[in-house]
Amino acid sequence: MISLTDQGFDPGPLLSGFCRGRAETGAVASFTGLARAEGGETRILELEAYPGFTEAQISAIAETAKARFGLHDLMIIHRIGQIAPGEPIVFVATAAAHRRAAFEACDYLMDYLKSRAPFWKKEHGPDGARWIEPKAQDHEDIARWA
Amino acid sequence: MARVLLFGRLSDIAGWREKTVEPAPARLSDLRARLAAEDPALGEALGAPGVQVALDQVLVRNDAALSARSEVAFLPPMSGG
Repeated sequence: MISLTDQGFDPGPLLSGFCRGRAETGAVASFTGLARAEGGETRILELEAYPGFTEAQISAIAETAKARFGLHDLMIIHRIGQIAPGEPIVFVATAAAHRRAAFEACDYLMDYLKSRAPFWKKEHGPDGARWIEPKAQDHEDIARWA
Repeated sequence: MARVLLFGRLSDIAGWREKTVEPAPARLSDLRARLAAEDPALGEALGAPGVQVALDQVLVRNDAALSARSEVAFLPPMSGG
């Protein structure tokens, strides 16, 4: 399941729901990303998406991950709109027969969401607003999967 | 009529997010030239490294023909998570 939402979400129930009703899945890994305050520099994070295109691009990333890691299932929830520090921005869960595939797929999905999924992030702070672009580290992270 | 969408910092530079261009330019390169003539700062930003183009929600790397109903989106470097 892939979903974009402008509402806050609680990762706990999402993970419980994702684990339910699985007979052959031996491993579920999950990742929750939270908005950081950056020592007061970020008061609000604003996330923009391209409706339709963003979901389609994430679906393509998800299909590649499913095939590459032999996943049984995955879940991606991503916030859009205005997000306050401490609130979850992204939740990823992966289900596989064994733990290595579940861990790696979660890592892979996050690297792709960071710099290949159509989102644009603006940080609103005390001195105004600025757009955040992928850092060198994000490019190195994604290069690991080539 | 082509629909043009700007995302991220591009919409801040242009001062708009979405507009229709009439009549629709024949090619993507014509659309770029027209936008740059109207707003040189935007024209430069659209040509900056890392700015991708989606034509009818499909990424295109080169010049392409536009139709009367084309949707052209300019996408600066993406940053999710």
